[in-house]
Amino acid sequence: MEQLNGWFTDLLSGNVIFTANTLSFYWSGLVTTVQLVFLSLLIGVILAVPLAIGRGSKRRWIKLPIYAYTYVFRGTPLLIQLYLVYYGVVFFDGIQDSIFWVVFKQAFFPALIAFTLNTAAYTTEIFHGAIKNTAKGEIEAARAYGMSRKLMMRRIILPSAFRRALPAYGNEVIFMLHASAVASVVTIMDLTGAAYYVYARFYAPFDAFIFVALIYLCLTFSIMFTFRTLEKRLLAHLRPRGA
Amino acid sequence: MIDLQGYGPRLLDGALVTIELAVLSLILAVILGLLTASAKLSRNRLIHGIGTLYTTLVRGVPDLVLMMLLFYGGQIGINMLTDQLYYAFDIDIFININAFVAGVITIGLIFGAYMGETFRGAFQAVEEGQMEAARAYGMSPLLAFRRVRFPLMMRHALPGIGNNWMVLLKTTALVSIIGLTDMVRVAAEATKATHEPFMFMIPVAMIYLLIATLSEWGFAKLTKRYNTGFGESSEWNN
Repeated sequence: MEQLNGWFTDLLSGNVIFTANTLSFYWSGLVTTVQLVFLSLLIGVILAVPLAIGRGSKRRWIKLPIYAYTYVFRGTPLLIQLYLVYYGVVFFDGIQDSIFWVVFKQAFFPALIAFTLNTAAYTTEIFHGAIKNTAKGEIEAARAYGMSRKLMMRRIILPSAFRRALPAYGNEVIFMLHASAVASVVTIMDLTGAAYYVYARFYAPFDAFIFVALIYLCLTFSIMFTFRTLEKRLLAHLRPRGA
Repeated sequence: MIDLQGYGPRLLDGALVTIELAVLSLILAVILGLLTASAKLSRNRLIHGIGTLYTTLVRGVPDLVLMMLLFYGGQIGINMLTDQLYYAFDIDIFININAFVAGVITIGLIFGAYMGETFRGAFQAVEEGQMEAARAYGMSPLLAFRRVRFPLMMRHALPGIGNNWMVLLKTTALVSIIGLTDMVRVAAEATKATHEPFMFMIPVAMIYLLIATLSEWGFAKLTKRYNTGFGESSEWNN
């Protein structure tokens, strides 16, 4: 530990750009990015499950609005959605006088709303696809057991659909991490915002952006690793025997 | 009804910039993607390694960070290079990167990696028997590629290309951050000046949706074209 400390101080002492001060900027940026992405993914999944079930409904008045929602949010850039929420939030009457203004004043919450709506749209389509691909035999077996539609959804369709959706959802998580970089545009100090600050302060684009790219790379790889481990555990029954 | 307060023509200009940027970077991405796919399928370990490094790095880093790195760092990098040229060989040149070119190169570079993965999978999906048959007909390697491998590969690659195109189209919005005047930037400026975000952002979103819908239709046509001989009749072939 002593040695490591000494090595670290040596590394930092000769460095103008990566001082403790800028590193703390990167650190708080990392915390903001992870919070933003994690929260929006969490709320997004909670929204997406009922939406995905509704998306596969036979009733048009349930199916069509959900389809319109996913179509619009998947067809337009996240940046525009972010701008719309960020600049549009003041147009809700009386929001500036209500207690909510304390949270909406900061850019974090508009960004969280935009990201959540965006990822919920993508996740809805992923889950919908997985639900649609449920093997007919599984549904027939469940029906033969006399399960009601609700019970069948809960015990048979959803568990197997979640497993099948896992690889696509892993991609969505990485996509969200990368997309969260636009948060820096609306004054949020996330990782990219921190990198931009360091770039502007020292006029050192290579140092600032390559460093942050490496952090993102580490995050991406750890997400990939997590999902691969999860897939190995949860999709074990789908692997060819003897493999 | 809709009062764009004089921003209408600028928004249209911005839309043109968006479309030009998207199409040009798509072309660059397809070329880079084909090169990357051949690099990744190469038996030469060095070339294979370079291809893998490129796709891994680009796909692991956010588009915006890469864009900022290339855009803000690109000019400095080129200046350093030309300085070196000047000191070493006494060649005095000055290259100025304009924002549009930087945007095309960046988006092309980013999506070249995604296209590379798409094409690699597609090339691998072509049955070897088809190429053997082409060779048996005495086709030269180039002719066999043009007439057999490429059309067969496109059938597998089209869905992936379609997806990449949709993502690329939305990624072009990011160039507004690094200072290119596309329609998102015009809308953002107009929003800041007039405080009417819905008035400008919603038409821009509609244009994106329109382009997406049109290209979906176009890709459906192309898919039909490249599926010739595989479509409904495949039921009898199995």
